[in-house]
This record gives sequence, C-alpha cells and structure tokens, in this order.
Amino acid sequence: MSQTEAIATQMHSATGLPSRKILMWAFIGSECMLFGSLIITYMVYRGRSIVGPYPEDLLNIPFISVTTFVLLMSSLMMVLALGAVQRGDMKRGKMWLLATALLGSVFLAGQVYEFTHFVHEGLTLRTNLFGGSFFLLTGTHGAHVTVGVIWLLSLFFMATRGRLTRANAETVEIAGLYWHFVDVVWIVLFTLIYLLV
Amino acid sequence: MAVTEAVAAEAAGLSSHPPGGTYAGGVRSWITTVDHKRIGMMYAISAFFFFLVGGLEALLIRVQLGSPENTLIDPDLYNQLFTMHGTTMVFLAIMPLSAAFFNFIVPLQIGARDVAFPRLNAFSFWVFFLGALFINASFLFGGAPDAGWFGYANLTSTQYSPGVRIDFWVIGLLILGVSSIAAALNFIVTIINLRCSGMTLMRMPLFTWMTLVTSFLLVMAFPAITVGLVLLMFDRMFGTLFFVPAAGGDVLLWQHLFWIFGHPEVYILLLPALGMVSEIIPVFSRKPLFGYPFVVYSGILIAFLGFGVWAHHMFSVGLGPIANTVFSAATMLIAIPTGVKIFNWIATLWGGSLRLRTPLLFCLGFIAMFIIGGLSGVMHSSAPTDLQQTDTYFVVAHIHYVLFGGVVFALFAGLYYWIPKITGRMMSEGLGKLHFWLMLVAFNLTFFPQHLLGLHGMPRRTFTYEADLGFEAMNLMSTAGSLLLGASTLIFIWNLLRTLRKGAKAGANPWDGSTLEWSISSPPPHYNFRVDPAVHSRDPLWAEDTSDALPIPEPEVGEPHMPGPSWYPFVTACGIVTLAAGGIAASLPVVFAGVGVILFGVYGWAFQPLEHRSK
Repeated sequence: MSQTEAIATQMHSATGLPSRKILMWAFIGSECMLFGSLIITYMVYRGRSIVGPYPEDLLNIPFISVTTFVLLMSSLMMVLALGAVQRGDMKRGKMWLLATALLGSVFLAGQVYEFTHFVHEGLTLRTNLFGGSFFLLTGTHGAHVTVGVIWLLSLFFMATRGRLTRANAETVEIAGLYWHFVDVVWIVLFTLIYLLV
Repeated sequence: MAVTEAVAAEAAGLSSHPPGGTYAGGVRSWITTVDHKRIGMMYAISAFFFFLVGGLEALLIRVQLGSPENTLIDPDLYNQLFTMHGTTMVFLAIMPLSAAFFNFIVPLQIGARDVAFPRLNAFSFWVFFLGALFINASFLFGGAPDAGWFGYANLTSTQYSPGVRIDFWVIGLLILGVSSIAAALNFIVTIINLRCSGMTLMRMPLFTWMTLVTSFLLVMAFPAITVGLVLLMFDRMFGTLFFVPAAGGDVLLWQHLFWIFGHPEVYILLLPALGMVSEIIPVFSRKPLFGYPFVVYSGILIAFLGFGVWAHHMFSVGLGPIANTVFSAATMLIAIPTGVKIFNWIATLWGGSLRLRTPLLFCLGFIAMFIIGGLSGVMHSSAPTDLQQTDTYFVVAHIHYVLFGGVVFALFAGLYYWIPKITGRMMSEGLGKLHFWLMLVAFNLTFFPQHLLGLHGMPRRTFTYEADLGFEAMNLMSTAGSLLLGASTLIFIWNLLRTLRKGAKAGANPWDGSTLEWSISSPPPHYNFRVDPAVHSRDPLWAEDTSDALPIPEPEVGEPHMPGPSWYPFVTACGIVTLAAGGIAASLPVVFAGVGVILFGVYGWAFQPLEHRSK
C-alpha cells in the first residue's frame, strides 16, 4: 500500500528482509485461513442443496478452463514485469504491468459473464446452499482479483508518471506476491469447485 | 476540511515534535499521531473506559440476580446486558488493554524507535475505537445485541432476532477483526525485524515473546470468525440459507467456525498476561526467570494446541465418542505447558529476595486464581463431566477465574509495573495494596459461590430464579462481592489520578528492572533511543558486562528522524465505519460514501511520504 513505511523509522532489519515483504507473507498466511474457512463452508454444503439448479446443471468447465488459463498467464506477465523493473527497463515494465492487469480484467469479465448466466438460469444467492456458497467463495476471490487489478493499474500509472523506477522494484515484487497468491487460490478453487463437480 | 488543514500546517513548517523529545499538544496531534507510545496510551484509556462499561453491565446483572424473582431488569434487557458484557470485556476491554501494552512496551523492549508500520498502527487503533463506539451505538437504535457473545445460529437469524441488534454485533465484530489483524501483522513484523543488535529470539523478554505468539494467533484465528460473521451477515441481509436448517443449512457450522476462532481467542487473551507475569516475577525476586526456554516453548505449545481443542466447547452437541475423546485428550494436554509455566514462576520465586510490592502481589494473586481456574478447566475437559456443567454457573465461575482472576489480575500487575515508565510517576503502594487485597477478597466472594451454584444446577443466561431452589444465599454473596469489586476498581482509579497529580518521580528504572525499556527516561522521549542499543544477554540491565551499562551516554548525534503525523489512518478508519453504518441503514449512498472515503484514505496514505515534515 505504501512504499515508504518500512524505511520510515530508519531502523535496521534484524533478519535482512524488507519489513514490507514480511508483512505481505504474514498477510498471505492470514488470507489462507480466510479462504480455508470459505472453502470448508463450500465443501460442507456440497451436495446438500435440496432444490436445483445443482452444480452439474450449470458449471461450464471448458469456459472456466479458458479464463483459468488467462489468469495463470497473468502470473507469467507479473514475473516478466518484475524482471523488467528490476533491470530498470521501465518501458517493458509498464507494458507487462498493464498486460497483467488486462489479463486479470479478462478473468473478471469471464466471472461477470458466468455469474450473469447463472442468475439467468435461476441460481441466485437465495436459491439454495450451492448458490450461496458458490457466489460467496468465488465472489470473494473475484474481489481479491479486483483489488489486485486496481493495485497493478495504480503501479502502471505511477510508472507512466515516472514515480515507479528500478528503486521501487520491491513495491512491484510485493504486489506480485499478492497477485501470485490470488492465482494459487484460484487453482485450488478451480479444482475443488469445477473439476470435482 | 481537516486534511487540508494538516497539509497547510505542514507547509507552514509546523513539526509535531518540537525539539527536546517532547510532544506537540492539542487534539489534532493525538488524532494524527503515529507514535507507538501515544497510540498505546489511547488504547489503554479507551480499553479502561470499556472495562468500566462492561463492569457496569456486570453489576446490573449481579444486582438483578441478588434476590430471587427480582423484577429490576426485564428478560429483554438482561439478554442485552450479558451479551454486551461478554462482547465488551473480550473485544473492547481485555484485548485492547493487551494491545496498549504491546504498543507501549514492545518497541521499547526490543530497542526500536517505533513499530514497523507506524501509520498502520494508528489505523488499527482508530478502527478499534470507532468500531467499539459502533457496537455500543446499538443501545441508541432499538437495543443492544442480545444473542450472547457467541451468537449461536440460528438464534441470530432474522426469524428469531429481527431488527438491527444482531446486525450491529455482526458488523461491529467484522470491523474489530480488521483492527486486530492489522495490529497483529504489524507486531509480527516489528518483533521479527526491528530487534536491536544482539537481541536474538532467545534473548527477547518474555512479554515480547508472548506478544509475538499472540499476534500469530490473531492473524490465524480471526479469519475463521470473519467467515462465520460474513455467512451470518449474508443470511440476514441477502437471504442466503447458510444457517437455515429447512434448506439444508447446518447451524453447527457456525459453532465450528466460531470456536475455531473462539478457543485461540482464549489464548489471545491469556498469553500476553502470562508474558507480563514472566517479566514481573523475576524483577521482584531479583532472579532471572527460571527455565526461560521452557517458558517460551510452553507459550508456543499452548498456542499450537489451542487450535486443536475448539470442539470442547461443543461436547453437548453430540459430535460422537471419537471426536469427543480426541478433543478431551487434546484439551487435557494443554494443562502440561500451562503447568510448566506455573512451576517456572514458582521456581523463580523460590529462594529469591522477594520485594512484595503491588505488581508482585498481583502476580501472586494471578498464580493462585489462575490455578483454580485451570483446575476447573481440566474438569471441563472431560466430556461426561462437562455435560453436567454445560450452561450452568460452574462455567461462569471457570471463565471468570481464568479471565478475571487470571488475565485481569495480570493486567493490573502490568499496569502497576509499567505505569511509572508510562507516566514518569510512582503509584501509591498503600492504595495499591488496598486495591489488591480488596480485589482478591471481592473476586473470590463473587465467583467462588458460582461454582457451587452451577453444580446445584443454576443455569446461565437466565434472568432470574425461583425462591425455593436454595440459590438465594450464594447469589447474595456473589452480588455483594461484585459491588466490592466495583469499589476496588474505584480505588485503582483514585490511585491513578493521584499519581498523575502528585506521584513521586519515578526515574528511569524504579524497580531495578532488567529489560531495555528501563534504560531510558520515564516517560520515554518520543524517539525512545537516541542511538540504537545493543544487548549481549537476556537481562541487559543486570549484566555484569559493563558494555551493557545503561543509560546510554548522550552522544553527539542529533535527534533521530521520526515519522510525521498523518490524517489518513483516521480518515480510512472513518470510511470503514461509514461503510458499516451504510450496511446497518441498508443505504446504498452511505455505503458508496464509505467506500469513497476508504479509497481516498488509502491512496492519500500510499502517496504520502512517511517523513513529510519540512525541516
């Protein structure tokens, strides 16, 4: 969030690691528990809806496989963006940052399409346990992707104004940690919700 | 608007820290402060205020139960009182009072100038404070939450709890979760990364150790209740079916999610207290802590086991013999590391040259009361015994022996021990001892009879009892004790006010303590340490090696650069509470306004350099 917090108090690092990076790792630990609890909720309620539509009526695995591929490719773009910024190649750094955000947006667009389609087919939050737990779990993930896209776009605009340089590579790296984490969560969700339907 | 004022003040070159290590005054300097000591004081004052509010709620409960078939308080108000008493004491009094000590003491103990993220720290405080006001605002809007501090589904469903009472509780706890997780992340990074030179993990003071362990518990446990609360919020606001049995929903899911948080929460409340006691006993025994590594590892083991025992709160739901056995056994295991700690404290006291000052008295009271509470806890760990005790006053007695006789006694020990450092003045020993003895007697008078009441079958959370059940005498004793407890707290307040007005000057190290916070003046300068300290042992101020001799000589260097004040943490916290208010009012414009303020705050924060004062 802030690029200057840790250098702020001008104290040495006892571990040699930047404080902001430790913060992000600890936050990711906490997020694991958050998604873990949501996933448990989804799994506990799997097959317990007493009215349809049921997962097997709606889930479109080929479509989600495509958006999953797009999201995973965005992680590759993120790696390239960080590499470019670390080399000081801000031109490519900007391009890859924008590409990461764009692919993230494509994934989100796919999710919006999927949600709209499900609502058309008669599945809402109130329909059954599947509706509530599915929308809450994938919606929480989508909200995380949205925050990531806003973060990446902010970094992109900072870069275009010359406020993001090689010296801030750590800022990009931390955004990357978050982004990769959100992608990894999706791999778990894709497996549990779609592949194991 | 206020923010532009601050910017203007900065442009005019106003510094929040005038030379000489003193602070600027004024309300604005407190709202925008990022100094860990000031934030710690704000935590302490607000936590103590809510301690009094929760205490008042308890007194009303006790007065109601003082005589059979009393009609002073009707069942509806009674439900609100016990719900808010529990919620207030856990989330608004004990946790933030621990947070006050984390803030004030931990950076000093590790030789740091502040926490790793000073503005995040201010944000945590303001979210806690505004969230606490938010929950209590429910009293003004149709009544406070009334489904118990555990909020069991489906008592909390719209069907059984219409209106906004439960909404206040759900959204209020979500807000407090944000504050707790942000603060805990901050302290994890601070303790891992800002230790001074030579302060290895196994040289850290025990209180800092227990703060670290507690912070890990917080970041791992709070997400579980967050998810439970979100499910409940969706059920209430958007009509999902998570806790609707008719649609296949499982009300036990709430209990699991709540107690996966709730049992670690017990250790979140307890471990900081154990850390304080482990600091104070060695100082007043003039001996290093006996078996330091055992005390550290026991604390870690308690935290670890604390995640595997949640279902001992659920023996009565019928999880089956295997689950009950496993959770019984795991619960009994916790007695081992806890016992190790108690033996280590006793061994530290053994053969020490004891100074029976008020902080040590409270520690001794803590050990005795905590053992009683621990023993009744071991009784609960056995599932068949627990079935007899569930929902009776026996459980009320147990929880108060560990949380009041345990944690609150230890927190008072910590207050008496560290207030000289915080205020620069000594508290009155006479009033302190009076406070201790009155509180010890009153506490036992209040809560010991509740064991017997519980074993005789008096149920919890019931607003009255009939006259011929044989409960009158012990309830009257309990009520009398609670009034005395209130009186003992007044003695503390009097002592504190007297100290602030005319307490004797404390000096840097009034207790001859061994840890770094005692190496600097009382109260500490805003930058804490003019030069980074270095330690070579666990008790640097007791070390024979004179290279640790402190106080540090005043060097030639100027004052360290400290982070400047910021409005953004406060603004962001206001945005969160606006968003919450929009949720309660079901008003989309207010929700959007809240989101807008949050975005403004976060972006302002991200782009504001930390040292932005003009020099």
